[in-house]
Amino acid sequence: MELVVNQKHYRLQVDPDRMLLWVLRDELELTGSKYGCGEGQCGACTVLIDGAPVRSCITRASTVAGKQITTIEGIAQNGRLHPVQEAFIQADAMQCGYCTPGMIVSGVGLLRKTPHPSEAEIRRAMEGNVCRCGTYPRIVAAVQLAEKLMNGGQHA
Amino acid sequence: MLEVERYELFEGPAYRFALERRDFFKLLGGGLVFLLMCDDPASAQESGRGRGRGGEPLPQTVGGWLHIGEDGAITVYTGKVEMGQNIRTSLAQAVAEELHVPIASISLVMGDTDLTPFDMGTFGSRTTPTMAPQLKKVGAAARETLIDLAVEKWKADRASISVRDGKVTNAATGESIGFGALTHGQQLLKTVDGAAVTPADKWTVAGTSVPKTTARDMVTGAHRFTSDMVRPNMRYGRVLRPTAFNAKLVSLDTKPISAIPDVAPNEVSVVHDHDFVGVVAPNELLAAKAIAALKSEWKADPQPSAKELFTYLKSHPQPREGGGRPSTGEGAMEQALQSAAHKLDASYTVAYIAHVPLEPRAAVAEWEKGKLTVWTGTQRPFGVRGELAEAFGIPEKSVRVIVPDTGSGYGGKHTGEVAIEAARLAKFVEKPVKVTWTREEELTWAYFRPAGVIEIRSGVTADGTLTAWEFHNYNSGGSGIESPYDVANRKIEFHPTQYPLRQGSYRGLAATANHFARESHMDDLAAAVGLDPLEFRLKNLKDARLRAVLQAAAAKFGWDKSKSDSTHGFGLACGIEKGGYVASCAQISIAQPGGKVKIERVVTAFECGAVVNPEHLKNQIEGSVVMGIGGALFEAIEFENRRVINPHLAKYRVPRFSDTPIVETILLDRKDLPSAGAGETPIVGLAPAVGNAIFHATGMRIRALPMAPNGLPNLHSQPATN
Repeated sequence: MELVVNQKHYRLQVDPDRMLLWVLRDELELTGSKYGCGEGQCGACTVLIDGAPVRSCITRASTVAGKQITTIEGIAQNGRLHPVQEAFIQADAMQCGYCTPGMIVSGVGLLRKTPHPSEAEIRRAMEGNVCRCGTYPRIVAAVQLAEKLMNGGQHA
Repeated sequence: MLEVERYELFEGPAYRFALERRDFFKLLGGGLVFLLMCDDPASAQESGRGRGRGGEPLPQTVGGWLHIGEDGAITVYTGKVEMGQNIRTSLAQAVAEELHVPIASISLVMGDTDLTPFDMGTFGSRTTPTMAPQLKKVGAAARETLIDLAVEKWKADRASISVRDGKVTNAATGESIGFGALTHGQQLLKTVDGAAVTPADKWTVAGTSVPKTTARDMVTGAHRFTSDMVRPNMRYGRVLRPTAFNAKLVSLDTKPISAIPDVAPNEVSVVHDHDFVGVVAPNELLAAKAIAALKSEWKADPQPSAKELFTYLKSHPQPREGGGRPSTGEGAMEQALQSAAHKLDASYTVAYIAHVPLEPRAAVAEWEKGKLTVWTGTQRPFGVRGELAEAFGIPEKSVRVIVPDTGSGYGGKHTGEVAIEAARLAKFVEKPVKVTWTREEELTWAYFRPAGVIEIRSGVTADGTLTAWEFHNYNSGGSGIESPYDVANRKIEFHPTQYPLRQGSYRGLAATANHFARESHMDDLAAAVGLDPLEFRLKNLKDARLRAVLQAAAAKFGWDKSKSDSTHGFGLACGIEKGGYVASCAQISIAQPGGKVKIERVVTAFECGAVVNPEHLKNQIEGSVVMGIGGALFEAIEFENRRVINPHLAKYRVPRFSDTPIVETILLDRKDLPSAGAGETPIVGLAPAVGNAIFHATGMRIRALPMAPNGLPNLHSQPATN
């Protein structure tokens, strides 16, 4: 099957039953997407498929062949952090950092669809992402800050 | 006073640090090495422990070291580990403060049993009070030595030499030299047991909100957690789990593995060693399919289920002597109770809950020429090294445990089960093997925060003076069991019991349970005497630091203007634990119908001496509040027929965005007091503050954690007997 990940094309011989998460992690060594639950409940594995957040742990790789897959490794461009990534650092919106890639990808997906989300919209959109360290208030603040940074014109 | 919970009394190996001078320079290259010697019992408990034999006094032991290389690189070596509590940054701040260098020029090697000194483990909020001051001393000694070297080099007056921004400068001549050039050609090993350190009110780096040093790697996905590691030729392992707790394997049939479609011969290995059964495969899917294909029978004895748990705990005292905590008490209890104007007798329960670290247990193991190396996320790298040595019957020096910065622990990663599993499988296939537990394994085969029963009898005078306090904790633990309130007659006792599930440390240990019971009970007493809960507490409380946080939280919260009604409640609670002082105020709302409790706002005032990094301290407090919501309202491990019946995140609910209240924190920075750790204590006030808020809204006193897993119960809970 052919996967398009972070704008690179990969030809792979893999079991069609394999979940996208494990193909990304174990075949492509893109380990930024994390395993947290294997049932789509925690969001640590979130990637963008054609721009929309998807749980890669319950998505068969074969079902997204040919689509645009963006992982956390593809969020920064040319070494320049995305405003959502910048905002997570500035807002200290992490502790152990394990949920962080999934949170950032969900945040990027949200801002792509809803450029000016209310606080309630942020919480609703991110409800499927778990931060066991409990940094939720900071993550909300980080997404709000990212929205401001993006409106500053750094990323169209 | 260091208080170690009973299940944290892991014995360190009898171990005397044996590296000699030449070993250091072989390991580190030339330059300067500063060894931190510690002989204070509290830090020896934690770090650099070398036990005296046959009653010898504890020897001075090495707690950490700092190396300044000939290239000027500054590296600090500590056996502590980073799991989200942010000590990689705060310890670097401590050293940067003393060495007068930018924080980015310091790197920390942490939790590597071949490279760092022995350490008991990262738990008990001990890093900040013990390791940070020790590293400050090392940093200060290094700075003084650099000045000595410059004096010698330039034949200069010591008073004119200073260290700034990673350079040593002679004010008299304007000469300046980098650390690397100054240490060139040196092989200097110094031991440090004391040097003047910068007092907190003069801090410039410590005490400020330095960003997390690894933040960029975290936001780009570049950081490699254990579960992300890949070694050449690595295989994936899974372990066959018994069908029930404490089950014994009766029979095993491995033949179905060969019937899995598309499996080449010898592609999957099965390791069967007594009750241990595991598989190794080229990828995780095949490993999972192979485990599922195995046919096995297990036999287990009955054990109690969740519904009879509390009766069981009360009726099964631990037969072994010495595991408990001695009863403390004074006064004449029965007399005091009899003469009290109001008496209260109530019982509280606390369910088993799980840590749910978002990174499940994981390990990568490889053997090379009889030496075992394991990467694993554990809070006790040296303890896990000991477990591995014991499991494989090899000396500890043949085992190296490396802890990459880990996806959290909260007290849940003290043990080495996954390390042993990976090592057993790697030994068999003679290739590196990675084992990552599934969430279901993590929610079943890890250990839990102990369940418990707490019974309190108390008495107060008509004017609200506490006169009698009798407190019994069954199984959950002794942390936070002592009451901060003044009372003439008291008896406080922890009773170890037999217990059905594997149990161990959890953020705050039993302090959460003990504070829940005590602070709920105090609120009931306030109601009995008709006093405001804040007024009643202050009336019975002399401790100035606790009074200060209580008053600060109440002021910020607007306690005096908070009037509960049937759908909104306001509650407060306070306590002292691990050197930290906390007060929590909570505002809740109750949805009708259904009785769903939503925590709307929490104000936490916290004081832990001199604040090292205000932003990260706030982050820890906020995290404690959010994590505390789960145990307070809805988290519980359900089990029957010797199995956990909710081992999935869909069934074991953890706090999410929608559960998160407005979280406000107030830091009381006491620069005149030593810094205490902060990763745990802020959690202890949340559950009782919420319970008290529910009580003030509804009149319903809920004496069980979790309090409202399915909304509030329709029936009023048993009233306390007056």
